[in-house]
Amino acid sequence: MQASVLYEVPGPRTRRRYQLFGVLAAAVLAGLGWYVYDALASNGQFDPAMWAPFEYTTVQQRILDGVRDTLTAFGLAALFSLLWGALLATGRLSDHRWLRWPATALIEFFRAMSLLVMIFALYQAVFSAQPMYALVLGLTLYNGAVQAEIIRSGIQAVPRGQHEAAYALGLRKSQVMLTILLPQAVRSMLPAMIGQLVVTLKDTSLGFLITYTELLYIGKLIANNTSTPHGYPYIPVIMVIAPIYILLCLALTALARWIESRGRRGSNRRTPAAA
Amino acid sequence: MRIRRTPAAVLAVLALAATAACGKSGSPNAATDTGSAKPAAYPVKADAKLDGSPTVAAAKKRGKLIIGAKADQPFLGFEDVAAGTRTGFDIEIAKMVAADLGFSESQIEFKTIDSANRETALAGGQIDYYVGTYSINDKRKAQVSFAGPYYIAGQDLLVRQDNTDITGPDSVKGKKVCTATGSTSVDRIKTYGADVSTFGNYSNCVDKLLSKDIDAVTTDDAILKGYAAKNEGQLKVVGKPFSTEKYGVGLNKDDKVLRDAVNDALQAHETNGDWKKAYDATLAKSGSAAPQPPALDRY
Amino acid sequence: MGIPFEGNNLSLFWHGFVQTVLLSGASALLALVLGTLLAACRVSPVPVLRAFGTGWVGVFRNTPLTLLFFAVTFGLPRVDVHLSAFVCAMLALGCYTGSFVCEVLRAGINTVPIGQAEAARSLGMTFGQTLTLVVLPQAGRAVLGPLSSVFIALPRNSAIAGAFNVAELYSVQQTLSEQGYAIFAIFFWIALAYLCISATVGLLFRGLERRLAVGA
Repeated sequence: MQASVLYEVPGPRTRRRYQLFGVLAAAVLAGLGWYVYDALASNGQFDPAMWAPFEYTTVQQRILDGVRDTLTAFGLAALFSLLWGALLATGRLSDHRWLRWPATALIEFFRAMSLLVMIFALYQAVFSAQPMYALVLGLTLYNGAVQAEIIRSGIQAVPRGQHEAAYALGLRKSQVMLTILLPQAVRSMLPAMIGQLVVTLKDTSLGFLITYTELLYIGKLIANNTSTPHGYPYIPVIMVIAPIYILLCLALTALARWIESRGRRGSNRRTPAAA
Repeated sequence: MRIRRTPAAVLAVLALAATAACGKSGSPNAATDTGSAKPAAYPVKADAKLDGSPTVAAAKKRGKLIIGAKADQPFLGFEDVAAGTRTGFDIEIAKMVAADLGFSESQIEFKTIDSANRETALAGGQIDYYVGTYSINDKRKAQVSFAGPYYIAGQDLLVRQDNTDITGPDSVKGKKVCTATGSTSVDRIKTYGADVSTFGNYSNCVDKLLSKDIDAVTTDDAILKGYAAKNEGQLKVVGKPFSTEKYGVGLNKDDKVLRDAVNDALQAHETNGDWKKAYDATLAKSGSAAPQPPALDRY
Repeated sequence: MGIPFEGNNLSLFWHGFVQTVLLSGASALLALVLGTLLAACRVSPVPVLRAFGTGWVGVFRNTPLTLLFFAVTFGLPRVDVHLSAFVCAMLALGCYTGSFVCEVLRAGINTVPIGQAEAARSLGMTFGQTLTLVVLPQAGRAVLGPLSSVFIALPRNSAIAGAFNVAELYSVQQTLSEQGYAIFAIFFWIALAYLCISATVGLLFRGLERRLAVGA
């Protein structure tokens, strides 16, 4: 852990002080947790009626359908945003000014645009009958622009000597890009790319505003349609829906780490041989 | 170390999927309390002639009718998520009309559309028609068309049981009043000087009313009575309507053939008593006897 | 195309613009403070604080912002915390963005050469002094780039507040679209407003970068 360099190995007195801090912090956190629990309980949030909907197979099926729809939109948006990102990055890195400028303008525009505003406009103007396409296209345009910037900075971060050597060998620009720069850049840009994919996954939840039946939409439906003496079960629904999202995102991150570690193992094996 | 998380995450997802394999069927809502004591099914008119209606032609081709509705309004348009059924007066009206257009109940697919998305959904063909506390007005007629009215409501106020200082629209000045985005209630309550909040659904507002973040919910009395009945002892309707809201069936603007057909259907079911039966089985449960069905406004 | 100049649309539009700017500014401030505190927690010598920081970031980075808005708007009243829609939106945005700021800062802290912290310690500085006087100022410079991405994303994300009763630009778009204006004309003006905001944020960071740059 890098952080340990920030402080001395604690002596006995410091260790006692840290322990005191730890106990204090834990006490404050536990107190806060207890307050929240107590307030929720006294407001009837743990009332069986609040949680009753989740016992029914139809509701469970609806939640699974919501997960499916979320993943569908995410899958399409992830694929298209990577393609769109690669396209924009190619334009941005082009030697031709007439390609570079429009690409740069598009990237800057979509990076600055509010995704929700864009999705809403697409839904109203073009895809009223198919809200999923509005969602996927909106996600693609925005995330593609961000992916393009990630790809560009990754490629530009490859040491200059690499492409200078490649050009000196007489390779064409496309060859330099595809065989020399991209393979080296992928490793450095993978974490940022995955981070953006997680953002894409989370942003599919904007679909609930344009009647796309993803997970959050279903959650809202369940909450709005269960009336109990203590109001609507927003908190139980959030307690069920949020962990699903968190698990999906963590699974995606874990998958990415796994791919990354495989990639690294492969290249490590090769590097000493090449050297 | 980190990589070990993958199987853990996979396991968790599987566990989640497994829970779906066991559970109750039916519904936590008692059968009567959302107005699901059902009138008889409406006989389907097999010989319905609707040449020249692109909407019906498209519906016939796809084999089902897609009807937009509200999902969170007790006794009007309510979806029981656990039971997978929809109930309410609007739903009954939608079914009557569908039967006369030649579609049986099993050929209907309901789609939940919030107030703010109604015009878009109709204009874009996401739904074939819309039945869900949809007030007829000229602004909307620029984008969609209406059959009906099939019911007349009036804007009113819903307050907590212990509230005494809100007695009508003239006493809401400076009070926090909540309503749904894109409803006709928004502009009207603003003219009375209320501090208006808007959310996507009325149930969001009702929740805010119960948690005392706002002082009143305003929209049509028919909707509010449903919420008051669902939260008996906690909420009450003020009972001084201050507008006239004519509920119509929302249709694509250009489909006059369909509009005439829907008007005919409404007329027929109002005359043969289906309308009153539907009312008694649904809206009457929130505590008001059936009025006379309003006269249709054909155009 | 002249929508903003009809009727009282200009005041509606201006009000929405100001709300977006105010909301973004307030949540940016909250996110910065919260992010710095969380980053300090995550590198601190006290295990409980480290766990708290990790847990917080894990939850808030992996939850959709929309869901956070739901939690804050409909959840807080149920623990007897009653706040205005604007403050709710600020909390949701601030907590969400704060977790991203924390991660950026932590990555930045790791880029500061070990020798700096070691030298600080050998001068007898405490953890707090090492962090605030030596490491963070240097990390700040390295993180300006990634931080600017986070803060350019913030005004974009603030649009969600429009669906939760804050009268900002997205809700202006909805209101105008309800009034029957052509959607693309509305979109043009709203897009222009967002471009202005993000360009300003971008310029701000570029200026900051120039001022903080060490003469090489």
